[in-house]
Amino acid sequence: MTGFQLEIQLTAIIVAAACALPGTFLVLRRMAMMSDAISHAVLPGIVVAFFLTGNLSSPLLIVGGTATGLLTVVLVEAMRRTRLVREDAAIGLVFPALFSIGVILIARFAGDVHLDIDAVLLGELAFVPFDRWVVAGVDLGPVGLYATGVVGAITGLFIALFYKELKLATFDAALCAMLGFMPTMLHYALMGLVSATAVVAFDAVGAILVIALMVGPPAAAYLLTDHLHRMIGLSIGLGATAAVAGYWVAHVLDASIAGSMASIIGLEFALVFAFAPHQGLFSSWHRRRLQRWEFARKMLVIHLLQHEGRPEAVRECRVDHLQDHLQWEREFAGHLIRQSELQGLITREGVYLHLTAKGRSIAQEAMVS
Amino acid sequence: MDFITALLEDYTLRTVALGTALLGAVSGALGSFAVLRRQSLLGDAISHAALPGIGLAFLITGSKYPLILMIGAALTGWLATAAVMVVTSRSRIKYDSALGLVLSVFFGLGLVVLTFIQKLPDARQAGLDAFLFGQAASLIERDVVTMAFLGGVALLLLLVLWKEFKLLSFDLEFAQSLFLPVRALDLMLTTLLVMAIVIGLQTVGVVLMSALIVAPAAAARQWTDRLGIMVALSMIIGAGAGVAGSLLSTESSRLPTGPTIVLCVTAVMVVSLMVSPARGILWCRLRRRHRNRQLRQEALLLDLYALAGQHRDRFHAHDESVLIIMRATRASVRKPLTALAERGWVRSSGLAKWSLTQAGVEESQRLMRERAS
Amino acid sequence: MGYAVEVRDLTVAYRQKPVLWDIDLKVPRGVLNAIVGPNGAGKTTLMKAILGLIKPAAGQVLLNGAPYSRHSVRVGYVPQRGSVDWDFPTNVLDVTLMGLYGRIGWMRRVGRKERKLALQALEQVGMQDYAQRQISQLSGGQQQRVFLARALVQDAEIYFMDEPLQGVDATTERAIITLLRQLRAQGKTVMVVHHDLQTVTSYFDNVLLLNVRRIASGPVEEVFTEENLRLTYGGRVAFVQASG
Repeated sequence: MTGFQLEIQLTAIIVAAACALPGTFLVLRRMAMMSDAISHAVLPGIVVAFFLTGNLSSPLLIVGGTATGLLTVVLVEAMRRTRLVREDAAIGLVFPALFSIGVILIARFAGDVHLDIDAVLLGELAFVPFDRWVVAGVDLGPVGLYATGVVGAITGLFIALFYKELKLATFDAALCAMLGFMPTMLHYALMGLVSATAVVAFDAVGAILVIALMVGPPAAAYLLTDHLHRMIGLSIGLGATAAVAGYWVAHVLDASIAGSMASIIGLEFALVFAFAPHQGLFSSWHRRRLQRWEFARKMLVIHLLQHEGRPEAVRECRVDHLQDHLQWEREFAGHLIRQSELQGLITREGVYLHLTAKGRSIAQEAMVS
Repeated sequence: MDFITALLEDYTLRTVALGTALLGAVSGALGSFAVLRRQSLLGDAISHAALPGIGLAFLITGSKYPLILMIGAALTGWLATAAVMVVTSRSRIKYDSALGLVLSVFFGLGLVVLTFIQKLPDARQAGLDAFLFGQAASLIERDVVTMAFLGGVALLLLLVLWKEFKLLSFDLEFAQSLFLPVRALDLMLTTLLVMAIVIGLQTVGVVLMSALIVAPAAAARQWTDRLGIMVALSMIIGAGAGVAGSLLSTESSRLPTGPTIVLCVTAVMVVSLMVSPARGILWCRLRRRHRNRQLRQEALLLDLYALAGQHRDRFHAHDESVLIIMRATRASVRKPLTALAERGWVRSSGLAKWSLTQAGVEESQRLMRERAS
Repeated sequence: MGYAVEVRDLTVAYRQKPVLWDIDLKVPRGVLNAIVGPNGAGKTTLMKAILGLIKPAAGQVLLNGAPYSRHSVRVGYVPQRGSVDWDFPTNVLDVTLMGLYGRIGWMRRVGRKERKLALQALEQVGMQDYAQRQISQLSGGQQQRVFLARALVQDAEIYFMDEPLQGVDATTERAIITLLRQLRAQGKTVMVVHHDLQTVTSYFDNVLLLNVRRIASGPVEEVFTEENLRLTYGGRVAFVQASG
């Protein structure tokens, strides 16, 4: 591995972590699409700041981008409040307009400088090592690494300090307001950090991967844990893994790094979606199956209990009667009876079924609850 | 005038104008349903998800024939919608997260495919890049014919199933109770939305196509409460903005088509939000101001009446400061009092003192009766 | 004697439509007060407006005789169960602790003392064994009891509860009513949005009949009459007559 490769991967890991932090809260607040809106809407701010400074690595670009990112949040909220359009439509109206302004500004006035549209959208992680921070002749490393590191650290600090408040604002904004924690302020602070993160990540990975990194790992983590702090940790882990894996996949296939990273995130999510221990497709399928068996077994013992020792028992407690009366498939009923026999709940005497003591107590318990 | 003559004579311009009018109308029509069904952002996911489809269609067939690329785009766009539906119904992941995830992952896959294509030895891939931001100038007759065919089919189906779609968008459960095949209709309407988006991709681009779904419909909604009129208006707005934007961008090489169209349609939307007669922000604000003023005046009149009840003389004059305390506000009472005086209900009796007139007493009693009922 | 809740001329409007119109209300201290009215009557809106969560178009609210602010009076709020996302990744104890966040203050962390208070509150609602349970695994009644525990730890003087008895099992309903009576015995005032007309007289001391306007309010035996109910529900109250 060359130094450049190391720097690229390090930057990718930091970007992934910086995105996962606010992304967790976006996902839980049902505002995942704000990452789409903000990551596009930072563009005009960046472009204007670039025109003012003439320098692509000026910190003012972060300020400008954050400003238009927050402007999006304000505009969406203002439009929603008029009740003329719904929130989803408001998002869909605001960010394309702001992004279009950015694209047109670039096309008209910056066509020949190093700020082209494709890079904006797609990012080029591979170029990160070429923009270096040199102080008094000493090479301190790529600028992008520092920019993402600083913004990520600020985001991390903010979330650590206001963890309790953010949790409350996310879970129950009304209580948050009543207790005097200003959920609106917290909301704007969080959105400001999302914007700043989008700006620094933008340069490295482009607008669309910002969305993938902010939404994908937290969404996967959401299916893996029921603890907020673990969800944040898992998101960072999943994001960083995708960053490194995506880099090497891109390296081997000679394809877009941002694209590979997003694809790996998709793969991660698909795996979690299918195989997560409690929330996954397979485990919930398995659980439903177990529940079905469990329920059927209960029905069987209750049925037997109700007719036990009565004149109709001869008719009711027969194997073939179960198929008609409880409308079970022949195979299902047979399987169920064999299982219940094995578990010592019933005994079988020709075509007649009898409850055991254990089966009787289970039936009685089931009927009480 | 020159421009119009040019439009009529210039073959390229005419093709471009026709094509964009078409896509604007189709996306305006289907967008209306998307907006009403709260699927405004689904369009964004579909259009981004079309990118890998375009790339793969080209990679597999080696053809740049529009119908083939559009079929590829439609397939992955449709797949993305299905993915969103499966993820939201089979896990606790919410709709917005599913959209964001599917949108970015599909787009990422698209990027990988595009970088593959760029490495192909022959240079035919040039032009696929146009799908990112769109290029109206690249429209030729063949494209417009394909768009017209697909758009025509979509609009025809919309017309045939109009009643059913209307019910589906308005009241899903009621539709179910009528034994309408709700799932099939939902699938159908979503498929039509995918078609509308796919038609516009070459001109507007995957990144901004969603705006053409949302904005015309949102603008049209402000002018009417009837679905038929809304869809018609939305089609007109979409077509108009499409033509205006594409012609502007053909005029100048430094105006990319997609963004220009988006800004045109956004402008229409902003104007609609502001000035539409029934719901527009400006009118509402004026009306609310008028109503608040009237409420303030009535409240003051009743306060004076209540104060007067404490005196034997009903026309006893009271100081402004007393009224301010009663209202528990710091706002001035001078202006509403002056307005009441102009209507002859109160009279100023010297320095900051006011009293009721006979007409004012009667008006107060009328208001009291009205409030009691 | 001052009032726990006093509302004057409260008007709330969405767009041009008034949702609450000119509400006057006086609730004495130490009573259980039901808020009753048909759907869309503005019951939740009234609570939110009293708590300052919605800005009213006009009017004034006094809690314990003073305009409500965070420091003037301790207020506990139990929102509707459906107002939060129960898939949120957290457990029962944590949700209960949220009631103490106001006392803990900005940026400071939850300590051992708070944990003890929260566990006590959970015990009061019979949920002490569920402290570490994920909230997504709770039944409707259990969710409601966790919300009550969260309000209890606030140690408020006035409680506002939005449909706490909606869709809960009989055990939870009994537990909640016992709890409300305990609160009353401690001199607390409780405002409850209630939907079940049959139980109003047996559960509550006071009632507010609301349908955009205040129809009537005061002691149950005076106010909860057939005539007033008809005014509130517009004639659709035949079913209360049976219960007398």
